[in-house]
Amino acid sequence: MPLDILVIQLLNGLVFSLLLFLMAAGLSLILGLMDVVNLAHGGFYLFGGYIGLTMIRWFGSFWLALLIAPLVAGALGLLLQVWFLRRLQSRHLDQVLFTFGLALIAADMLRWYWGAYVESVPPPPELDGSVLIMGRQFPVYRLSLIFFGAIVGVALMVLLDYTRIGAIVRAGVSDSELVSGLGINIDWVFVGVFVLGTALAALAGVAAGPITNLYPGLDFEILILALVVVVIGGLGTLRGALLGSILVGMTETLGKAFIPEFSLFVIFALMALVLLVRPRGLLGQKEA
Amino acid sequence: MTSLLANFRRWQFWLTLIGLIALVIYPNVASSYLISLLTEVFVFAIFAMSLDLLLGYSGLSSFGHAAFFGLGGYILGFVARNWTANMFITLPIVLIGSALGALIIGFFALRTSGLSFLMFTLAASQMFFGIAIKWTAVTGGSDGLSGIPRPTIGVGDTVYRFGTGFQFYFVALIFFLIAFWLMRQLVHSPFGRALIGIKSNEARMKALGYNTWRYKMMAFTLAGVFAGLSGYLFAYFNRHVSPETFYWTTSGQVMIMVIIGGAGSLTGPALGAVLVRLLPSYVSSYTERWHAIMGLVFILFVLFAPQGIIGLLKKVGRVSNSPNEP
Repeated sequence: MPLDILVIQLLNGLVFSLLLFLMAAGLSLILGLMDVVNLAHGGFYLFGGYIGLTMIRWFGSFWLALLIAPLVAGALGLLLQVWFLRRLQSRHLDQVLFTFGLALIAADMLRWYWGAYVESVPPPPELDGSVLIMGRQFPVYRLSLIFFGAIVGVALMVLLDYTRIGAIVRAGVSDSELVSGLGINIDWVFVGVFVLGTALAALAGVAAGPITNLYPGLDFEILILALVVVVIGGLGTLRGALLGSILVGMTETLGKAFIPEFSLFVIFALMALVLLVRPRGLLGQKEA
Repeated sequence: MTSLLANFRRWQFWLTLIGLIALVIYPNVASSYLISLLTEVFVFAIFAMSLDLLLGYSGLSSFGHAAFFGLGGYILGFVARNWTANMFITLPIVLIGSALGALIIGFFALRTSGLSFLMFTLAASQMFFGIAIKWTAVTGGSDGLSGIPRPTIGVGDTVYRFGTGFQFYFVALIFFLIAFWLMRQLVHSPFGRALIGIKSNEARMKALGYNTWRYKMMAFTLAGVFAGLSGYLFAYFNRHVSPETFYWTTSGQVMIMVIIGGAGSLTGPALGAVLVRLLPSYVSSYTERWHAIMGLVFILFVLFAPQGIIGLLKKVGRVSNSPNEP
């Protein structure tokens, strides 16, 4: 295989990995902290993407879309958490079932409003065009996504590792009862993490729009990959989510390029292999 | 005053008998559309009860049960199109095939528990979906496998063919009754009791000397076999199998049947299947948004009646009984 094609595919893989990381980070933190698999997470991703698309159509600005979509999704996440999920707090399976029903409603509503066709999202004009990498064209937008993803990722790690809030969240992941015993209102920590997670999913939805396009079914496609990331990386850890994202993102991209029929199977085999060696995930400390 | 439920049990035999006679008479008086509707209900009732074995009895929350439903359908589609539609041959192949599939998925899935198990099973079923879409040579890609011949039974040259929807209704009815009886025996057996024990406290069962992993593996495999059976019937019924049988909405639909009906009761999920498969044929003529309505009803049950219809019935029975209780 020629080297230039491999390099281009590796770059594509990196772009996809970082987008996955934005999705999986929220999913993993919510899971680690609240013991809830948010199955509507993919719905938030697609919802964010569609809101972004509408903002671009209304106001003609990609950057405004990138700002507004996470805010709208975050607000929706806030309402859901405060009104419903909190009521089911001690019933974890019911919480998951709730998000499952939500995902079903979301999928139908999104199809209703935005239609069943593939919608393409224009990249911002400032980042349109392409650069030459090893003699091949590579879109500027994809390249800038690598930087964008890296910046958001670093910001998240700093937030979680070096701030007081981050310390509370990390403590909550290992033992939420102990944290509330220390006089910290764990309910608001839950709300904050849930809102942050849904906002990140919507952010990823907008950012990924110009690459993946938007269509019904994308919500679950991306959710499944994010779940695999969390299972592989271990839940409740950002570093695990990053490692898992890179493994899954690279496997998915390279698999699609070279063995399209079985790319999903390869990912599944990867997940099965990790479960054989480390049932808690590569960097996981906690049993789900 | 005896409770409603106790009364029900006393009359259970007669009710069952009357029900059976009604089910036999039904296709003779109903239109072919109504016959096919009830045939579908039988198929999905088997599917829902098989998930109940996991969700309601073993405490294994599988969100990817469609994997085995689709597997049964695809194996049948492949065998019936390329070799024979004789049920004496296709049935064992499908049962063994789904058992193998469940053994392999279960082997990995049961290394996890709780939420990881849920995520793994969901991901596994979506992988099947992806393979069904992409591996066009065997699965027919997104079109699926069409033109599946009608089922036959017989040995050698003496072959009977279930050629009409009316005739297939009885095939589905008999499979439903057998599956219901078998699963009922199963959950009332010592094996089923042990599963319930594992659901409520696995550590205690381990301490009592039970090899809980083996029990869960058995339950997962049996549930996979019954799900495969329902997928097998569904493929014969439609004479077509599509990748959607693997899709998360299929897992979702059967999950909704179990929860709305009431997990851990077998009859509940069967009732759930009746509701979920019959209602859309009335409602969707009024509204296109059936999935959203189903999702909403589901959420309402999760929030306010987590024990499902069976739970509500029991509550009614208890309330009418309560004044006489000490």
